Amino acid sequence: MILHELIDFEILRVIWWALLGVLLIGFALTDGFDMGVGALLPFVARTDVERRIAINTVGPVWEGNQVWFILGGGAIFAAWPPLYAVSFSGFYLAMFAVLAALILRPVAFKYRSKREDARWRNGWDWALFVGGAVPALLFGVAVGNVLLGVPFYLTEDLFSVYDGSFYGKFLGLLRPFALLAGVVSLAMLLMHGAAWLSLKAEGAVAERARRYGTVAGLVALVGYALAGVWLGFGIDGYRIVGEIVRDGPSNPLFSEVERSGSWLSAYTERPWIVVAPVMGFLGILLAVAGLRAGREVSTLLWSKMAITGIIASVGLTMFPFILPSTVDPSSSLTVWDSSSSHLTLFVMLVATAIFMPLILAYTAWVYKVLWGKVTEEDVTGPGHSY
Amino acid sequence: MELDVVELSRLQFAATAMFHFLFVPLTLGLSVIVAIMETVYVMTNRPIWRQMTKFWGTLFGINFVLGVATGITMEFQFGMNWSYYSHYVGDIFGAPLAVEGLMAFFLEATFVGLFFFGWDKLTKVQHMVVAWLVALGSNFSALWILIANGWMQNPVGAVFNPETMRMEMTNFFEVVFNEVAQAKFVHTVSAGYVTAAVFVLGVSAWYLLKGRHVELARRSITVAASFGLASALSVVVLGDESGYSATHTQKMKLAAIEAMWETHEAPAPFTAVGLPDKEARETHYKVEIPWAMGLIGTRSLTQEIPGINELEAESAERIRNGLIAYDALMEIRENRGAVTPELRERFEAHSDDLGYAFLLKQYVEDPREATDAQIAMAAEDTIPGVAPLFWAFRIMVGLGFAFIAVMGYFFVQANFRGMRFPRPALWLAVAIIPTPWIAAELGWFVAEYGRQPWTVDGVLPTALSASHLSVQDLLITLAGFVLFYSVLFVIEMALMLKYIRRGPVEDVEETERWMERHAHRLRTHDGQGPFATPAE
Repeated sequence: MILHELIDFEILRVIWWALLGVLLIGFALTDGFDMGVGALLPFVARTDVERRIAINTVGPVWEGNQVWFILGGGAIFAAWPPLYAVSFSGFYLAMFAVLAALILRPVAFKYRSKREDARWRNGWDWALFVGGAVPALLFGVAVGNVLLGVPFYLTEDLFSVYDGSFYGKFLGLLRPFALLAGVVSLAMLLMHGAAWLSLKAEGAVAERARRYGTVAGLVALVGYALAGVWLGFGIDGYRIVGEIVRDGPSNPLFSEVERSGSWLSAYTERPWIVVAPVMGFLGILLAVAGLRAGREVSTLLWSKMAITGIIASVGLTMFPFILPSTVDPSSSLTVWDSSSSHLTLFVMLVATAIFMPLILAYTAWVYKVLWGKVTEEDVTGPGHSY
Repeated sequence: MELDVVELSRLQFAATAMFHFLFVPLTLGLSVIVAIMETVYVMTNRPIWRQMTKFWGTLFGINFVLGVATGITMEFQFGMNWSYYSHYVGDIFGAPLAVEGLMAFFLEATFVGLFFFGWDKLTKVQHMVVAWLVALGSNFSALWILIANGWMQNPVGAVFNPETMRMEMTNFFEVVFNEVAQAKFVHTVSAGYVTAAVFVLGVSAWYLLKGRHVELARRSITVAASFGLASALSVVVLGDESGYSATHTQKMKLAAIEAMWETHEAPAPFTAVGLPDKEARETHYKVEIPWAMGLIGTRSLTQEIPGINELEAESAERIRNGLIAYDALMEIRENRGAVTPELRERFEAHSDDLGYAFLLKQYVEDPREATDAQIAMAAEDTIPGVAPLFWAFRIMVGLGFAFIAVMGYFFVQANFRGMRFPRPALWLAVAIIPTPWIAAELGWFVAEYGRQPWTVDGVLPTALSASHLSVQDLLITLAGFVLFYSVLFVIEMALMLKYIRRGPVEDVEETERWMERHAHRLRTHDGQGPFATPAE
């Protein structure tokens, strides 16, 4: 097959780097409000009916939303195998915690209202809280750790060795900066969940969601600003030494990397990327204003813009680095040396070009069919509800 | 045996995969059965078929959610526990997994919500289409995961790249149309259909025994028996196809399943039962069916099927060959940028056997320093555990034929004997509910345990595939999964039983009114048995 040479290896790598961002953003935009609603559930909804209203706002869609997470895993595996191999084995116990929380969540949605018992339902409500809050926090912690660098190195055989202590695999991830990133992530998704509830729920639930969402938005705003300052003054960046080969074989050891300067120097090299953090800040401000004013559709859109900006800002700041190593900078994974082969990237791009528009189209149709607020009658009536 | 990281990783993968596969076959089959029932509803407009769709749909939902939940683990476990595997073959193996997400998971997961919540929001036809899309999504996911798995059994369309130290894809279509993958796909999906058919049959039989929900039960039995009979036949036929392709793709697995120690002159006999003895390299007390093995394996009377001993000698040969490739690989690495064509040629001539050289890594740091004794040990490692494969396979096949018999019987009773089911037959249908799960798990055991000592046959040994983790890490996650999954399993079984006992609760009045109106037609003249055929 020579068809794949139609698109340069180098360009395919950049496309797949961008698609990695699209998938993460897609996950945060859709499953993000599910997690936010889960994490807000015990606070914004107090009676059983209120809780069922909140749960049923995401009831019909969380399954599809969660696929963004699974597809993210599959796409990293297919397009960035070294990233898949190094990060998931390196963040081993944290990954386990995320999986456990995410396994709990579907079960909680589905099984919660299958019995009348109040203790049973209350138990599952807390499971939904854990299933929302824990991944929302840990995804941010993971991103914080990526910015700080991860203690791994690659052997000559490209076997990945995690060079941290046993506790390092979990507690070691909870470094102050990473925790701050976790707080930003959690607060951002709480705000998003609140924006969703304000659109899809009524009365007391929507009212409380707007109050909690406002606070969460402000926390995200301050946290994001603080993280930016910290990144500028407290954390070293990385750079590739010598000539950069953009279409060479995917072997991270072939390039030399050193730790120097600041991540934020990316903003002097590529000034246009400032658009991402601006979207982040502006989106939060507008979403918070929308929550306070009780605007519904626009608030959710602003919240989406905020999330898009924040996630994109991390990727754009780090480019071309994907996973830097602290113990052996030259083992760091970059866009130019940790992708799949030329052919695989091309094949996957074709598959994505075929299926992604279809997915977006039918997902939009499903949301349209389900358009409208979830009311008390919906959850107490004879129709299907969780 | 002291459990090391590799053993624990294998145990964890086996446990989580087999647990996942408790839910998958029922999802595969029940999604289709529910869609069939809803289609009958749309075509006939009889409320009982909607009631059936909703009732079986509820059970489908309880099961589906655990399939989804445990599937999350599967998608990430390769990276967590098998990081070298992920690096080494991700270029090929990752693609079907990603396409599975794009093509299958989004489809089933997006529409499954609408299936449950959309009854009042969609037209009848729209809702039926949604049901079919859920079924289609589930079945597509099986297609892509079996393309991935088929590649582990028969790694086609890929080549080793010395610069990136991994396998890279050379032809996507070869990977997709891998004969092993295609045979396995139909075999696995059919097995899922049989599982669901046995489940629907058993639950319905229980209702008939209790005299409850008779109309729903007998219609369900008809659907289950017709669908189940076709699927049970398909499972066996495609199982045979898998056996046929194993004769040229995975000779050692086939020889181990059959406990064929020596190469037998064609056509080889099939050992129906016996006691395989790996120490003595023979099978005691065996009962043979002449010619059968040769016919199944080669579909000819003249082609030989190699025995284990011959294949072991072949492995030793390939290890020595692989050492030449390994040596050339090390040289290529040292002379990066200045690799002579001669050196590259030497590597490429032997690179198909590179994986065999890696088998020595268990015994010696640098395979090139291996002694003859170590090579002999590594060659012996290529023989998987014979007795467990021999028996697992036979139980699976026995069950497969039994399903044909059971489904055939109920098919005839339902369609040509006026729906008269003797009570012992109904009790039998209830009793066999767990058996398709046993067959399915044994099938996976044969496929994956029979692949040892490789994760990717002939390419990457299992012993090299694991992550850099500590035993402690693995014990934590293994204990976590076992505990967590056990709790979920108990909860799901309790809910399943609760909803089966409760029976259909939706559309009850409407269905009863309809049944009253048609009572004369639904009973025989003596008032004993039902009369109308459920195809209606």
